[in-house]
Amino acid sequence: MRRRKLDLAQVPANVGKGLDDRYKAATPLRGLLNKVFPDHWSFLLGEIALFSFIVLLLTGVFLTLFFDPSMKEVAYDGAYPALRGAEMSQAYASSLDLSFEVRGGLFMRQMHHWAALLFMASIVVHMARVFFTGAFRKPREANWAIGVALFLLGFLAGFTGYSLPDDGLSGTGLRIASAIMLSIPVVGSWVSASIFGGEFPGELIIGRFYIAHVLLIPGGLLALISVHLGLVFAQKHTQWPGPGRTNDNVVGERMFPRYALKQGGFFMAVFGVIALMAGLFQINPIWLFGPYRASEVSSASQPDWYVMFMDGLVRLMPAWQINIPIGDGYVIPPLFWPAVVGLGALTTIPMFYPFIEARRLKDKTSHHLLQRPRDNPERTGLGAMAFTFFIVATLSGGNDVIADKFHISLNAMTWAGRIGLVILPPLAYWLAVRICLGLQQHDREVLAHGVETGIIKRAADGRFYEVHQPLGPVDDHGHPLPLDYAGWVVPKKMNRLGALAPAVKGFFYPVEKPAEAPVSPGMPPVTAREEREEITSGR
Amino acid sequence: MTSDTPAGRRFRVFNRRRSAPSRARRRLGAAARMLAALALAGGVYTAFAPGAFAEDTRQLSASAQEGKALFDNSCITCHGRNAEGVEGRGPSLIGVGSASVEFQVGTGRMPMTRQEAQAEQKPPQFDKAQVKQMGQYIQELGGGPQIPSGDLTTSLEQDPKALAAGGELFRINCTSCHGFGGAGGALSSGKYAPSLHGATTEQIYAAMLTGPQNMPVFGDNELTPDQKREIITYVKMQLQDDKDPGGLFNLGRYGPVTEGLAIFVVGITILVFAALWIAGKS
Repeated sequence: MRRRKLDLAQVPANVGKGLDDRYKAATPLRGLLNKVFPDHWSFLLGEIALFSFIVLLLTGVFLTLFFDPSMKEVAYDGAYPALRGAEMSQAYASSLDLSFEVRGGLFMRQMHHWAALLFMASIVVHMARVFFTGAFRKPREANWAIGVALFLLGFLAGFTGYSLPDDGLSGTGLRIASAIMLSIPVVGSWVSASIFGGEFPGELIIGRFYIAHVLLIPGGLLALISVHLGLVFAQKHTQWPGPGRTNDNVVGERMFPRYALKQGGFFMAVFGVIALMAGLFQINPIWLFGPYRASEVSSASQPDWYVMFMDGLVRLMPAWQINIPIGDGYVIPPLFWPAVVGLGALTTIPMFYPFIEARRLKDKTSHHLLQRPRDNPERTGLGAMAFTFFIVATLSGGNDVIADKFHISLNAMTWAGRIGLVILPPLAYWLAVRICLGLQQHDREVLAHGVETGIIKRAADGRFYEVHQPLGPVDDHGHPLPLDYAGWVVPKKMNRLGALAPAVKGFFYPVEKPAEAPVSPGMPPVTAREEREEITSGR
Repeated sequence: MTSDTPAGRRFRVFNRRRSAPSRARRRLGAAARMLAALALAGGVYTAFAPGAFAEDTRQLSASAQEGKALFDNSCITCHGRNAEGVEGRGPSLIGVGSASVEFQVGTGRMPMTRQEAQAEQKPPQFDKAQVKQMGQYIQELGGGPQIPSGDLTTSLEQDPKALAAGGELFRINCTSCHGFGGAGGALSSGKYAPSLHGATTEQIYAAMLTGPQNMPVFGDNELTPDQKREIITYVKMQLQDDKDPGGLFNLGRYGPVTEGLAIFVVGITILVFAALWIAGKS
């Protein structure tokens, strides 16, 4: 009997055929793998959040193998000498064991924490990109709202995780959370009692936060992230305007192989940066805080940075207490306004911004092309205003550390925050709008008159004038014909028009690039650049 | 009534002296009584007054005299003659003890640059010997707490639990101002608790004993000398001798503020450049 020859080259095809025969995967996969994504560095900011979320899941699973969410009192008898013999909860003891006795445990804990900070930071940066470029406009309003909800969920995930080690910092944070719940009129005490299972701190809260932190909130995050990405696939990614790009097409790279490879590479970069930070920078040294005791509150007890704006608002709030003389009397403590109303407003109102803007502009069309920030000055101004507010509030959340390290009076910091919170956002709005208009104006100038060449000519009558290089055709007198403002980059230097050979290669880009259509392998430049000769001394 | 009986004469004599003493006699009598009272009071005071006050012109020891010379040159403007203090400038130093002098002058806080919320630590103006002399002067002038001699930390071989006990005491008494990592913290109106990372054992002990600047006094009734030694042991071993297992950089142990700064300055910055790089490779 003749042995059948195995044709190795045919194996993948055969396997693929076999799979497709059974599962009918080829047609949907082809669509997926051929899907085109526009390419721009700012489109990768959201990916940082996605990838750090993956790191969070991986390191988080590792941590759950060793963490014990129990509030049972034990006497610590572990590797860390400065706490040996101290009474503490089992949760804190297991966090210490995780840090000092589990091999690689401290590194994993730090990776988890840095990844959490990076997750929230990239969400905010990504959100800024989406906002300032108008990527949230119809049809992507829902995805914008989901993004805001993701920030809120991330906020809760971060806070519950911050509370789990049950060290001094965790307990202080929980105490404040309980105070915030108590400040809600009428239902406050019931809310706090039901969450803590009685009086603060009780014996349940770590177990409850644990299940919220490892199951409920990550489940919600995972679901929302899936919808978020699914919508990006379904509605297609927005793109910058430019030659060959319209509201009805997508110019970019296919998902497979280039885009997938790039994404894989970027994932490695994110993973690497998180690991690097976890190895180099110590984060949340829980062993220094000691077990939580209500009487021991360290100075510089701050929440993580993404909660700090709320802490800052609380610090800036004047002590205005409202007494309502009904029955035995109700009190609305000043804490209620920044912590409950403030947080609620700051996380829900932005969700509706796309609708507010569309309504104001009476704009019902779908937009797939982005706008440069300068092309919608009012939106940019509003964004600058919101971010200034957020930054002032966040800095005020750390105002004691800033006051101490920069030798400023803490009281001065508080007042600077109060005044800054009112004065700076409108100022930022005005500045941003003026800068946007100025940039637009300059673009229009170049379109109308051409690029400044730096060549000064003297006319026969003695006048001096600068020669401009028109960007388009000229009329009979040599004056450039006006070009339409297209909301995209206008070359402003002669180098960009090919007046000089490309300069020395930079690390990221050639330092000066001749003008060409925004990079896209699908749309190569129409004409090849002419060859240049090296400039020599002429000998 | 003009009977000449002996009783009547006695009465007349008595009556005359009682009813009409001359002005001169009255004054003389008052002066004599005043003198007697003064002599009595003075005598009693001399007999019973405490020796310390009596020895007003007691000789200072040689080193205290050196200290007095330094004091009269550098401190007298604010703390006044004989360290009695000057209203609105500097407090009296009677009773603050040599521990206080050694802390305030030894860390450069005194002499103060200007009147402000709190004297700042700076390079000391006097060397160790001079500081000791000034301390000696203030000590001999009014007494007060002194830094004990000998080792100010607890040996962990003798008492293995001292480190954990010191940590507990540190968290109860010190972290609310100096912070969990001893990095210092802000107080109200420009006051602050300084970082403990550069403090010597003597300085920490003296600070607890005397409560310099805005620090409360932790007298020997509140924290026994042994407890003070335990706290110093914790600060020395856990906070100063670089016990940061979490990485090369501890970010100053300022808590989440610097961590939040780091994620933007390091993490986001690197990744934005990485994004620029990756997106640029088309």
